[in-house]
Amino acid sequence: MQAALEEVNAQEKLTTRFDVDRIRGDFPILKQRVHGRPLVYLDSAATSQKPQVVIDAITNYYATQNANVHRGVHYLSQLATREYEDARVRIQRFINAAETHEIIYTRGATESINLVAQSYGRKFVHEGDEIIISAMEHHSNIVPWQMLCDGQRAKLRVIPIDDNGELLIEEFARMLNRRVKMVAVTHISNALGTINPVKRIIELAHSQDIPVLLDGAQAAPHLKVDVRDLDCDFYAFSGHKMCGPTGIGVLYGKSHWLESMPPVMGGGDMISSVTFEKTTYNTLPYKFEAGTPNIEGAVGLGAAVDYLNGVGLDRIATYEHELLDYATEVIGAIPGVKIIGTAREKASVLSFTVEDIHPHDIGTILDQEGIAVRAGHHCAQPVMKRFDVPATARASLAFYNTKEEIDAMAAGIQKAIEVFA
Amino acid sequence: MAELNELYQQVILDHNKKPRNFKRLETANREQEGYNPLCGDQITLYLQMDGDLIKDVGFQGSGCAISKASASMMTAAVKGKTKEEAEMMFDEFHRMVKGDLDAETEQNHLGRLKIFAGVREYPARVKCASLSWHTLRAAIEQKGESRGESITTEDEHRQD
Repeated sequence: MQAALEEVNAQEKLTTRFDVDRIRGDFPILKQRVHGRPLVYLDSAATSQKPQVVIDAITNYYATQNANVHRGVHYLSQLATREYEDARVRIQRFINAAETHEIIYTRGATESINLVAQSYGRKFVHEGDEIIISAMEHHSNIVPWQMLCDGQRAKLRVIPIDDNGELLIEEFARMLNRRVKMVAVTHISNALGTINPVKRIIELAHSQDIPVLLDGAQAAPHLKVDVRDLDCDFYAFSGHKMCGPTGIGVLYGKSHWLESMPPVMGGGDMISSVTFEKTTYNTLPYKFEAGTPNIEGAVGLGAAVDYLNGVGLDRIATYEHELLDYATEVIGAIPGVKIIGTAREKASVLSFTVEDIHPHDIGTILDQEGIAVRAGHHCAQPVMKRFDVPATARASLAFYNTKEEIDAMAAGIQKAIEVFA
Repeated sequence: MAELNELYQQVILDHNKKPRNFKRLETANREQEGYNPLCGDQITLYLQMDGDLIKDVGFQGSGCAISKASASMMTAAVKGKTKEEAEMMFDEFHRMVKGDLDAETEQNHLGRLKIFAGVREYPARVKCASLSWHTLRAAIEQKGESRGESITTEDEHRQD
């Protein structure tokens, strides 16, 4: 009885702390029905849904502010430039960067990582040097480094992970040496949900003067990122995974690194003067932003940052943590379900297999129930190989999800088991 | 949920559970890998050709129920057929799962393979159903006794 009362109290506390119904009201797409059922969107690690304020910001930009940035003396151009640069300041504060010019707009985390690999890499990585990544990286934090290593005749080394999906930090410490020119690891694994001990990784790398890039694509929407507290040298993330639009992302880099790196793309906006004999590059951040940028994207991302700040990243993290615990318990209790990725520190992601039912069949059956999950290798084929599965089903949670939706997924999984019995 | 039952029919579930010709073929003179990079479905097809005749066929691999059942039923369907007959069946099968051929009303040679008509309601699963057929075609097109390069369902984009 006492336990039950405590449970009720705890639940009340949760709802007063976090009004998920009100949050859901902010996301028009969540009102939809799919195959005659209410949409249960559990694929936010692929891309998050967008609140009305973000949609409105983009519409409003085109309806009232559209012009090219950094060019015109006219009213609209100045307005568009202000919106574009204001968003940069808000993003700077969002991740607590020291300087506004440390925020480089990109198309997304993938482009951010490629930018560092191509720019920093070509300048500082030479034959015989080493780049360290981890065994739980998304392809976007593997392939750019492979391409670099191929070109520079450098060596790619991989931090191993254990059966829970945790990095072997002692192994990592032993891998560090003078030839290592970059450590690039994910903050949160998209396939396993592991939150990596990135502060420890950065301390270890910095003790040997090695810079660290964090792939923050999965982390930025789920926990408070403070790049100065982390002391990372680069931080890459995507707008569309944190309630913003697609096609916009960010590379954060410490000033002294960005200053020392050559531009990767040439064109307008990234120059201060051009003659046929010599071109002088623009200052940061424009040196890395050739061409007319994704202005609507920046405006939308700025609105997304405001929205997330309004809800509060700490509250989001707490609520999602409870939701993930609940999902782990409910889904994990279904006979035949095996959860892939059981790290002590996890966020948002629940990857699993069900008996010998292929994840695609799970995905199709859940889809018929209106439930959207990802089925496949999650752009992390080495992770699938490490756990000896061809693919997993993955439910990825956001702060607009509910326990009822987890229950709906559990029922859907039961149904799949019945179909394949 | 009528649609779901149409996709996961008992015959398909049965072939998924107990796939026919699910073995490495010792007498094979063609071997072909097929891969669906989107899902990780993977198949190795073994073919014993006698001139233009498919004398025997077997397969191994891993994949979803649709890809496995499709491979199983394909092997049963093409065994003893000529190269031309098999290619005609692939063409009809492919059109059926994409919704371009109504196997109930239009003339075809699909027979039991008609059971895969339900796939047309699930565009994401068309590649699962056709992986084994793409692999078969690549195996047939191999010149002489050789092991062809792995094909992927992504080649399908270029054909469509």
